[in-house]
Amino acid sequence: MSKVFVFAEHKNGTLKRGAMELLQAAQKSGNTVIGMVVGTGAEKAATEMGYHGAQEVHVIKDSNLDAYNPELYLSALSSVLEKTQPQILLASATSTAKDLFPRIAAHLKTGVVSDCVELSISGDSITAKKPMYSGKAFAIANFENSPLKIVLMRANQLPVAAADTSKTMVLVEHALTKPDLKTVIKEIVKGASEKLDLTEANIIISGGRGLKEAGNFKLLNELADVLGATVGASRAVVDAGWVSHGMQVGQTGKTVAPTLYIAVGVSGAIQHLAGMSGSKVIVAINNDPGAPIFQKATYGIVGDLFDVIPKLTEEFKKVLKH
Amino acid sequence: MKIFVCIKQVPDTETKIKINPDATSIDTTGIKWVINPYDEYAVEEAIKYREANASAGAQVFVLSVGPSKRVSEALRTALAMGADEGIVINAPEDIDCYSTARALAEVIKSEKDTGLIFTGKLAIDDNASSVSQMLGEFLGIPHATVVSKFAWSPEGVSVERDIEGGAKEIINMTAPAIIGANKGLNTPRYASLPGIMKAKKKVLKEIEFASLNIPATDIKVKYSQLSLPAEKPSVKMLMGDSAHQVAELVQLLRDEAKVL
Repeated sequence: MSKVFVFAEHKNGTLKRGAMELLQAAQKSGNTVIGMVVGTGAEKAATEMGYHGAQEVHVIKDSNLDAYNPELYLSALSSVLEKTQPQILLASATSTAKDLFPRIAAHLKTGVVSDCVELSISGDSITAKKPMYSGKAFAIANFENSPLKIVLMRANQLPVAAADTSKTMVLVEHALTKPDLKTVIKEIVKGASEKLDLTEANIIISGGRGLKEAGNFKLLNELADVLGATVGASRAVVDAGWVSHGMQVGQTGKTVAPTLYIAVGVSGAIQHLAGMSGSKVIVAINNDPGAPIFQKATYGIVGDLFDVIPKLTEEFKKVLKH
Repeated sequence: MKIFVCIKQVPDTETKIKINPDATSIDTTGIKWVINPYDEYAVEEAIKYREANASAGAQVFVLSVGPSKRVSEALRTALAMGADEGIVINAPEDIDCYSTARALAEVIKSEKDTGLIFTGKLAIDDNASSVSQMLGEFLGIPHATVVSKFAWSPEGVSVERDIEGGAKEIINMTAPAIIGANKGLNTPRYASLPGIMKAKKKVLKEIEFASLNIPATDIKVKYSQLSLPAEKPSVKMLMGDSAHQVAELVQLLRDEAKVL
């Protein structure tokens, strides 16, 4: 039987949704599911990985792994991978994974594919579908000459089963071998928002020029609070300095694929569409009926956002209470 | 000291993508090729660094892997921006990230005297964000990607890397190191007319990928079954006054789209 290795990220011991999605997919493949999780809280996260289908979870609890350092993570991962010898490795395409796994792939002389939206596992082979040319095309990635096939999946693409707390896993603890470091993380400067990152969010509300000024983003923040959504922005308002670049959706910002994307006062320039057209349901609210965003939208409202958004916030409040 | 900038040529953002009948590549006829936007930040940062440290006598080398005739244009543009020399690694269109990084590593190793390497954080065509990190591994030097701030001192390199939720990591690395540029690092200059004239006289060396003896087994990923995104059903416009539009939207999201 083949081994599928899932590298999980967690927040204070709580698994990220992406990891649950991957465990579910790994379990469905019928292969042996091996997990790995690191840092403070890893043991709690390992138990959760068990609930979601991991049979064996490798843990390094060392707090040196709380912040991502490419060299420490390379050392931690490659030693466990050499011991466990999996054929397939799955991880969410987070900023950590996208930085780390190409380096690991080069280290292990194997292939990696990032930002995938579909995967298909059969025995020890895996193919993955990924967007190319800013979402204007898709391709199937096939591995060759790769003893370990590494696939990084975007979050919110796969189903998650409820945790089965009767399931147990075998916990394997390792110590961290600390190499001589050429890279030192001096500091992590927290972002303004404690919300889910755009790339992980299930619901995104994006604002554009139609908001008229930076202060009006508060309308979107209020709506986002009701929906548990993350707020994004178009390039125009980022370039105007209304909000930080971390909030930009599109070509030179983030590529997102939430279940629900609400574009408010965003015209829909091609660079913006490139970053969000993979969203499942798109709502466009704009006062210009000719705005290109409507061509990508599922539902459209032509109207004054300063009138529509507060009403929408109230309506969601009413409906979501029930 | 040599500063290397690795750049890639990609179809312009506005390009309409057409897929070849074998579905393993796109139809490149009529495509306008540009320097990958993130690589422009890399070129700019390298030139800025050289200008700010003129006494160090650093030289900026731009490298690109791909069909010689085409990628030479991208290199000429970078030379016109102010890079000193160009190196084309003439390679087939379809080699993967792994082989690309191997080729870059071989050439950079043979050039010697590497001070810094700049790349873009990813290329907007295959969106792989892999080459910089792989190159770091093949050269045995540290890397940082998604970098929006860069500073150099005799002790090494200090960068800011953008991570989730608008947070930033402040990272110190020993030099030489690889920096994968993000938007925000700088504002790339345009190639000036005198710059374009000067670029014509600058050295543009050509190396054959085949001469680097990179084995065929260093191709790790191949793409097939390229497809265009499924057509979305046309938009449902919600009519009436705003109270009615809002009520209908929420009802549709709940009962039809089932996303609430």
